[in-house]
Amino acid sequence: MNLKRPAPHKRSGRALSAREKYIPTAISVVTVLAVVFILRAVITSSGQWPRIKAQFFSMDAIIEVFPKVLKGFGVNMTVWIISLVVIAVWALLLAVFRSLHGPWFAPLRIFSIIYIDLFRGLPSLLLVLLFGFGIPALQIPGLPRSSLFWGASAMIMSYSAYASEVYRSGIDAVHDGQRSAAKALGLTQWQTLFHCILPQAVRNVLPSLLNLAVALQKDVALLSVLGVRDAVREAQIYTARTFNYSSLIAAAALFLAVTIPMARFTDYITKRDRQRRLQGAS
Amino acid sequence: MYRIEINNLTKYYGDNLVLNNVSLKVKNHEVVCLIGSSGSGKSTLLRCVNDLVPFNEGDIKLDGVSIHDSSFSANELYKRIGIVFQAYNLFPHMTVINNITLAPRKVHRTSRSESEEYAEELLGLFGLGDFANSYPEQLSGGQQQRVAIIRAMANRPDVLMLDEVTAALDPELIGDVLSVIKDLRKKGMTMLIVTHEMSFARSVSDRVCFLDGGSIIEEASPEKLFSKPENPRTQQFLQRIIEAGRL
Ligand SMILES: Nc1ncnc2c1ncn2[C@@H]1O[C@H](COP(=O)(O)OP(=O)(O)OP(=O)(O)O)[C@@H](O)[C@H]1O
Ligand SMILES: [Mg+2]
Repeated sequence: MNLKRPAPHKRSGRALSAREKYIPTAISVVTVLAVVFILRAVITSSGQWPRIKAQFFSMDAIIEVFPKVLKGFGVNMTVWIISLVVIAVWALLLAVFRSLHGPWFAPLRIFSIIYIDLFRGLPSLLLVLLFGFGIPALQIPGLPRSSLFWGASAMIMSYSAYASEVYRSGIDAVHDGQRSAAKALGLTQWQTLFHCILPQAVRNVLPSLLNLAVALQKDVALLSVLGVRDAVREAQIYTARTFNYSSLIAAAALFLAVTIPMARFTDYITKRDRQRRLQGAS
Repeated sequence: MYRIEINNLTKYYGDNLVLNNVSLKVKNHEVVCLIGSSGSGKSTLLRCVNDLVPFNEGDIKLDGVSIHDSSFSANELYKRIGIVFQAYNLFPHMTVINNITLAPRKVHRTSRSESEEYAEELLGLFGLGDFANSYPEQLSGGQQQRVAIIRAMANRPDVLMLDEVTAALDPELIGDVLSVIKDLRKKGMTMLIVTHEMSFARSVSDRVCFLDGGSIIEEASPEKLFSKPENPRTQQFLQRIIEAGRL
């Protein structure tokens, strides 16, 4: 059975002339510039602009608050990276538990299902409040009392549930023939999982996992409700003192400086992945 | 003693009787082809022999020992019987050499250098010496299928089972794969082959079995079965094949 598709062809076979190539680009550039200039003119000419500028884009304020916001952003980044590592492992374990066959593994399977239902069904903010304020308040000896620790744990718990479902879809997408082949070669269920199924599953879902990572990077700011002095909290403190919002803009710029490159990287991986699939299918 | 002995094998999928009291004996160095129309149970028979699917009744013996005997570990069974599927099922994230040496290294605890040496030898033998470090998707279908056969051979099995290994290939690629199988026959490999290539079955096999509705209806030498089939259903099947121009 050979399902051969004709090679994808360009809409027109002949080469584009210089005119056809550059005119559309030129028009786009001119349009964008025109819009930007008009908007700028409208905004700055309105009587409100000086006030807006002073409130949101005050250079003095930004310079003054930047060191503190940056230090807070360090907390965001640290929590983010540690969480990413823990989530990547823990979510994979949950997905593996759920994919195991046989009565022996029923407890693990059920645990995984309940865990995912529970943590995926609750708002992250609620979990952060519950863990971050609730557990330290119990003052149980031997347990850490830091809100930061428990708040980060709540984020990890919640995001692991999502990430585990992503992994699971990747595991399910691996063709059944791969399991038969591995079994026929004598590999055990575990060997099949580690050497054959999981590497393919992870490759399948890498773009989705990266998207989750971007979402997490922003959601770490939820920890500011616990009083953790992250970038958002630091910016808020400044705003509360001076009634100037430029600190929040400074924090926003820092977030974008991380999330935009991440998004481009995700696009790149997605594109590479799609090309690989197309190649594999031909 | 027989290499493989299948006795009164019966298998159901749900209520569907797929194998009905099948018996088949294969001697060492013998090549037996299974032919029959789609759905007659050929693949299921191979899968039962390799313990990939459970069966309901009957017994399968390898060198006189039942494959469900406690002395028979699953590892040993999979080591001694290799199987190759129609869809190759190579592991796409591994190079050719890693595909081939995975089972020897992980299951049979052969050293990497030793298993790679044997893999290189097999690759060279079957004209794939240049592809050891390629990924499966960089190979043609025929090359992938030859790698799949080598992968099964790397465990040094006593019996090789091939399930329509050329069915997914372009006509011009079939020849390479078939010649690999003929080479294996010359080396004395015991093989159980499911195929739709009747001229190949005729030239490679010592015996041909015609399956229909889950039973072996006729079993004979290739000369006899293809030129003077006795059972009317065999005659009908071959007639259809001839009309389709495949014999
Ligand atoms: N996993 C399965 N679950 C349920 N029924 C199955 C399964 N695999 C095969 N069958 C059924 O068993 C019967 C025999 O299938 P089998 O694949 O052994 O036939 P085959 O002779 O190999 O056919 P083909 O030439 O098309 O490969 C068919 O009726 C099929 O529908
Ligand atoms: Mg079949």
